[in-house]
Amino acid sequence: MCETPEVLDARGLLCPLPVIRTQDRIAALAPGTLLDVMATDPGTLQDLPAWCRVHGHELVESAQSGDEIRIRVKIR
Amino acid sequence: MSNPIKAVALISGGLDSMLAAKVVMEQGVHVEGVNFFTGFCVEGHTHAIRKRKGRAPKRNNALWVAEQLGIKLHIIDVIEEYKRILLNPEHGYGQHLNPCLDCKIFMVKKALAWGFMQDNGFDFIVTGEVIGQRPKSQRKDTMPLIAKESGAEDRLLRPLCARNLPPTLPEREGWVDRNALHGFQGRNRKPQIELALRFGFNEWAQPAGGCCFLTDAQYSRKLADLWDAQGHKDYALDDIMLLKVGRHIRPAPHFKLIVGREKGENHYLEGYRRQFTALKPVSHEGPLCLIDGAPSSADISLAARVVARYSQGRNAASVTVAAEQTDGRRQELQVAPFAPTEIPTAWHV
Repeated sequence: MCETPEVLDARGLLCPLPVIRTQDRIAALAPGTLLDVMATDPGTLQDLPAWCRVHGHELVESAQSGDEIRIRVKIR
Repeated sequence: MSNPIKAVALISGGLDSMLAAKVVMEQGVHVEGVNFFTGFCVEGHTHAIRKRKGRAPKRNNALWVAEQLGIKLHIIDVIEEYKRILLNPEHGYGQHLNPCLDCKIFMVKKALAWGFMQDNGFDFIVTGEVIGQRPKSQRKDTMPLIAKESGAEDRLLRPLCARNLPPTLPEREGWVDRNALHGFQGRNRKPQIELALRFGFNEWAQPAGGCCFLTDAQYSRKLADLWDAQGHKDYALDDIMLLKVGRHIRPAPHFKLIVGREKGENHYLEGYRRQFTALKPVSHEGPLCLIDGAPSSADISLAARVVARYSQGRNAASVTVAAEQTDGRRQELQVAPFAPTEIPTAWHV
């Protein structure tokens, strides 16, 4: 069965705010949970993976369509 | 087995805080970083407005430093709380609108609260301060003041200049060896660069004037202009973000033009066009301009001439500029571009 990811809408926010909102949301989620972060600041494509690396979370995938960015994180 | 000694390091993204954290890590201390987002940080949000061909790497330097060090970095939103520091700094401003001493006290206090709260259980705070490095906040007489007013007292360790200061708790308790700390002072960067190379770092960020827009003369001028125009000292996040972008031209006290200077800035300003009257040339390539304030029809016509001056039609007899109001009303104006000398220097904020 596919797990339905949690969704964080960080569209319209500039970095590092999408990272901060992700960090705050993840603090309240259990390990193994998937989180989809929706963003529009292209900086998120660099900053969120970097934040995941330093905290040991798994970057499952990232995709960009027009101005919209979606980054899926698996919480460790 | 006893718990390891833990330190919270203030990580700005610059070299000194990176080295300070590394110095205590080398002594077996578990270090995690904190980085405070005030809204004035040079890092991070500027991704959206960076030029595509800029030489600086496109990254958040605080996160990059954390990766180099192999430590966790906790980025904390202090935008609202920081207003109290900037609007009424107890110790005053530096050369510009930089409340560096109050800012450092605030950040150490926040790091202390974060590090000692709940389960975090940290033992001391680490900063990259160096005596004599900054004229306002990093002086021999301000070091004890920061320790006292932040409440950190002798749990505040400055590994890069510790040997010029009285021993702190981590040194007295033997959590760190004072002899392995440093006695740097002054504005000479050579000792830091030598230490960086010794640690195997061959790259680091060197933002001119530090990591804060408030140390920038031009930015501070724009902020002062904002407060003058409002008639009081206050700001919202969008206000201070927009001060980082474009040419700011104030033809009269009741309105100001923000004119994009290149593609990245125009793209950034696009995100705000529904909140302001927005102007854009349609007969020629040209910048997006937002009008902050309550412009009259005559003001909009004048703004169109300014926009035309910065467009590809600057030498043409006439340029067509579209003006869109916040309620969606749109009109096209045929205007003669201002000559460069027709825009008074005093209009430029």
